Amino acid sequence: MERILFGDNQFFAVNHVSDEKSRAQAIKFKDDSAILKTLNIARDTGMNTFMCTTHDRIANITKVIRENPEKYYDYKIYPCMPYAHKYANAVTDFGIAGALKEYVPGNFLGSLFKGGVAYLNKDYMSIMELLVDAEMKMFKGINTPVIFLQNVITDMLLGLGMIDVLVAFQKYVEKKYNAEAGFITMNLPMLLDKLEAKGIQNPIICASINSIGFRMSGGVELYEHTLNTRQLRAIAMQVLGGGAINPKEAFNYVCKLPNVVSILFGASSKGHIEQSVEYIKQFDSSKLKFA
Amino acid sequence: MIKGGIIGLGKMGISHAAIVGAHPSVELVAVCDSSSLVMDAFSKYTTAHTYSDYLKMLDQETLDFVIIATPTKYHYQMTKDALERNIHVFCEKPFSLNYNEGKELANLAMKRSLINQVGYHNQFIGTFIELKRLLKNNVIGELVHFNGEAYGPVVIKEKGSTWRSKSEEGGGCTMDYASHVVNLIQDIISPPQKINGTLLKSIYSKGVDDAVYSLLTLQNNLSGTLLVNWSDETYRKMSTSLTVYGKKGKIICDATEIKIYLKDADKKQNLEKGWTIKYITDFAIPVNFYLRGEEYSAQIDYFIENIINNRAGALNTFQKALQTDEVMEMIMNNAQQN
Repeated sequence: MERILFGDNQFFAVNHVSDEKSRAQAIKFKDDSAILKTLNIARDTGMNTFMCTTHDRIANITKVIRENPEKYYDYKIYPCMPYAHKYANAVTDFGIAGALKEYVPGNFLGSLFKGGVAYLNKDYMSIMELLVDAEMKMFKGINTPVIFLQNVITDMLLGLGMIDVLVAFQKYVEKKYNAEAGFITMNLPMLLDKLEAKGIQNPIICASINSIGFRMSGGVELYEHTLNTRQLRAIAMQVLGGGAINPKEAFNYVCKLPNVVSILFGASSKGHIEQSVEYIKQFDSSKLKFA
Repeated sequence: MIKGGIIGLGKMGISHAAIVGAHPSVELVAVCDSSSLVMDAFSKYTTAHTYSDYLKMLDQETLDFVIIATPTKYHYQMTKDALERNIHVFCEKPFSLNYNEGKELANLAMKRSLINQVGYHNQFIGTFIELKRLLKNNVIGELVHFNGEAYGPVVIKEKGSTWRSKSEEGGGCTMDYASHVVNLIQDIISPPQKINGTLLKSIYSKGVDDAVYSLLTLQNNLSGTLLVNWSDETYRKMSTSLTVYGKKGKIICDATEIKIYLKDADKKQNLEKGWTIKYITDFAIPVNFYLRGEEYSAQIDYFIENIINNRAGALNTFQKALQTDEVMEMIMNNAQQN
């Protein structure tokens, strides 16, 4: 994994500390060309990996990447699935079974043999595989070396104790997509405990990691202790605490932590992107000097 | 360890199940739903016992509490059956479809000294708690007006019938969405006591409202507007806000930020003249397990702490949710009169 990964929240009106800013972003990135332009700015600073939700609009971006293989040579995307909002309303309206019928490709109960049989036999792992395949459709022909489960699903399964489903997800993306599985979570220490108990060693876990403990369940100390004493490949997100922490301080904090393999951030403007990359490079090199 | 059960495993029920499952003081011993697809998944991958008949679950398990997350029309009977078995109850919002039934439940819970709570989770969001504190400290002076608003993309096209399209099942925007805003106004500013006029609009739905615009007068005599529309796809998810105007300034508050404008600095509160913007990062309630928002865990933590400490809760009790139900009834009646 590359040290710096470019995220997509800014493109899809996701802002964890301001609903107002999120709506302004929705206007700014109305056109796909604005997204591509920002991705290119990020690439110019050396960020060659885009970590993104399986939002419908990403299909337009992957189309451009597929059609310009030379320009996007060696470009990588880390899909994060699913884009949960589209399922959430369907579950409230129709229940779980009804929502599955809405979203699994083909006629779930009819023509699609695997789906129909899986549903009737309550073969949950096959249903999971079908859903993964549905989300992965838009990435056909794209290099996707790591495939992530979104935090709402990871954490739901974690809380329910359905760790076997997380293990099955990992096995499936390895087998079918020749990719590693990653897990996004707001509960890093708890997730690591449960994954290790099921025999998963050195997992890729993407979690909020910042100096103010924002969205870090159990608190900063528990996170620091976990990173200091355990084996995992952590990806730090929400490093800026949604904008509450001064960027220099924020990147300094996260660059010093052990086992943080990559840092994920998204930004809309050229200035912010370049400055963030500069900070990370600066703090990484000073860490090397003192090592 | 205290023992809990959940009835109804839709979006909210499953979310509650995960939060309860991760809670260190609780064992989730039983779940109940009519869907065999969902129940079989629980029996296959968890240790919880599964039921399709909630009365069987209540009778066969020894439960300290039950969470009821079924469509609103079932709340009354299920809550009553649980209370009569001396089981503490957390019920999803809105509480009941009928004031008299809700009243009966609130009385029953009080008579039996059972912990009772309703899932108005916004009250556990740090920014709204801060707004309540600022108003209590009279930061913007005498209040002159408020706007309570919520927008979101729940019904954004015409579609077939679900429980949401039936007003008698509590499926409309007013009951389902606006109740959150009314509950916040009631708790943070003052309970509404008079409805001066209401417009209900069906945009894509048939038979129920997709938007409600209403003029309210509160018990403290402050008047203001309720503006709620769940057919607005310019919002990625539900966005709830309160704006309160006072003689000395105004405050705009939502789940992510609180914006305070003061005509003069307030030294006691350390607030400058003009705008001060604060974010949820300063106010979020720390939780040990996070799913979809701190407030969802915080409300369950609060409920469980009250059970363990045998302490009647002050937030979101049946009695308070009933007050919200009553206002919703007043709004619906007012709309019909127009």
